[in-house]
Amino acid sequence: MADKIATREAYGNALAELGDKYDFVVLDADLAAATKTGVFKKKFPERFFDCGIAEGNMMCVAAGLAASGKVVFASSFAMFAAGRAFEQIRNSIGYPHLNVKIGATHAGVTVGEDGATHQCLEDFALMRSIPGMTVINPADAVEAKAAVEAAINFVGPVYMRFGRYAVPVINDTPDYKFEIGKGVNMRDGKDVTIIGTGMMVAMALEAAEVLANEGISARVINIATIKPIDKDIILDAAAKTGAIVTAEEHNIIGGLGSAVAEVVGEGCPVPVVRLGVEDKFGHSGKVPPLLEMYGLTVENIVAKAKAAIALKK
Amino acid sequence: MEKQKLDFLKNVAANIRLDILEEVHAASSGHPGGSLSIADIMAYLYFVEMNVDPKNPKMDTRDRFVLSKGHTAPALYATLAEKGFFDKSELKGLRNINSFLQGHPDMKGTPGVDMSTGSLGLGLSTACGMALAAKIDNKDYRTYSIVGDGESEEGQIWEACMFASHYKLDNLCVIFDWNGLQIDGPVAEVMNPTPHDTKLEAFGFHVISIDGHDFNAIEAAFNEAKTVKGKPTAIIAKTVKGKGVSFMENQVGWHGSAPNDEQYAQAVADIKATM
Repeated sequence: MADKIATREAYGNALAELGDKYDFVVLDADLAAATKTGVFKKKFPERFFDCGIAEGNMMCVAAGLAASGKVVFASSFAMFAAGRAFEQIRNSIGYPHLNVKIGATHAGVTVGEDGATHQCLEDFALMRSIPGMTVINPADAVEAKAAVEAAINFVGPVYMRFGRYAVPVINDTPDYKFEIGKGVNMRDGKDVTIIGTGMMVAMALEAAEVLANEGISARVINIATIKPIDKDIILDAAAKTGAIVTAEEHNIIGGLGSAVAEVVGEGCPVPVVRLGVEDKFGHSGKVPPLLEMYGLTVENIVAKAKAAIALKK
Repeated sequence: MEKQKLDFLKNVAANIRLDILEEVHAASSGHPGGSLSIADIMAYLYFVEMNVDPKNPKMDTRDRFVLSKGHTAPALYATLAEKGFFDKSELKGLRNINSFLQGHPDMKGTPGVDMSTGSLGLGLSTACGMALAAKIDNKDYRTYSIVGDGESEEGQIWEACMFASHYKLDNLCVIFDWNGLQIDGPVAEVMNPTPHDTKLEAFGFHVISIDGHDFNAIEAAFNEAKTVKGKPTAIIAKTVKGKGVSFMENQVGWHGSAPNDEQYAQAVADIKATM
């Protein structure tokens, strides 16, 4: 594995790099230094508009720009984008299906020291409940950049989640290709499938290695697009491995685990065990002990995988 | 204003009022009071002020309009139909399951509607986005938005005002429909947002206060707004909720209820008497 890079860094760099190739504008709500849209601002000051600490207004301004033909990125922390501005996103962006790309950074407990008020663990649930919204959660810097370009070329509203914490680069392969709505088989296996999203994918790969050493063969799937979710890759995993574990840095209610359970329950019922934050708020602290506190660990994925296998008939 | 132009506008406004009543009566629901209060301003906007083409509703160079107080959609639909964006026969479908005339404006379904609105407080911000887009692209279209007086209790209206002023959106003209009533009673009693003029001035607006039923004053205000550079304009239009219908005027109960057959006949007679 290569270096660790936070996906928010990749987001800001991608905006700045792709700004030469595509005509889009970027909005932020006084967090450009943190969301990394500041990198774009520095290069394209005439295409960057700070909206101040007024996220609801920012989302509706984005809607008005998009209704006038602009491709717009609107950035804030996930809490203040998906959370604070939920209704503005639903009614002014989602309902008219406008071409706004929401770049939401600092999601999950990996925000760290800022604690619960800033650690959004509900954004997948909120955003995927809006009709026509595409929801993307890249696993690493490579995928984050690819997702930004895919979002620019996609017509319609897109919610993209990026993290503050540096995570391993796992997609730096020559044949890597990102496609909205497509999951990726990262490792083949026959006893159980670990479906991860975001930074949990790297942990899922590590967990598969641990399981292999214990004689358990685990398939690993990266679901970057939470919505529309790749039903085919999930149902194939359910049919071929007979048990599924989901892993996400999100409340176990309403996120990836729920989405996978919906697909599996309706298409190929097999045990689905969800790993995520178990209906709790976050907490201040350094990231490694926070991940331990909330069970977002390789060890817990291994344990859940064994639990899923034990549920097989 | 010449008599001919004044008579024309009065006639357009009366037709808009008749259509509002027809829509709400046919639907047996909807918001007549605040629709009737903006009928004169809507008539002036779509028949004098704004550059729009009903044959080409998405025309790139068109002036934009956002009805931030989206519940008064009957006034917008009546105006669009009067202008020819769609057939007047559609108006009877308001709020009906088979109609494209939703209870609140839907930009995807209704020709001539520039923004979906209805959730109060959101529309003015979208109008700011449209005005900003014109600035970015060096286009000379203007953006108009009507905000309710009660609606200005929403904090986001003031976020939008801050934004419009900060980015010097002199191509944005906001009309505050000051009819003085909201669902729970007089605006001044429910949650008094006044004084509006000095507040808006403090937010960086050029402010013009008018009688929102006086076409000469409406014309003068819109003409003045176009001469203002470097700041957005707010027109505070003092209006009468339910204007033109004797038993609806200044009655809070007509905010969101429809007339029965008898009341409808009386209301139509009231408007026709002015024509």
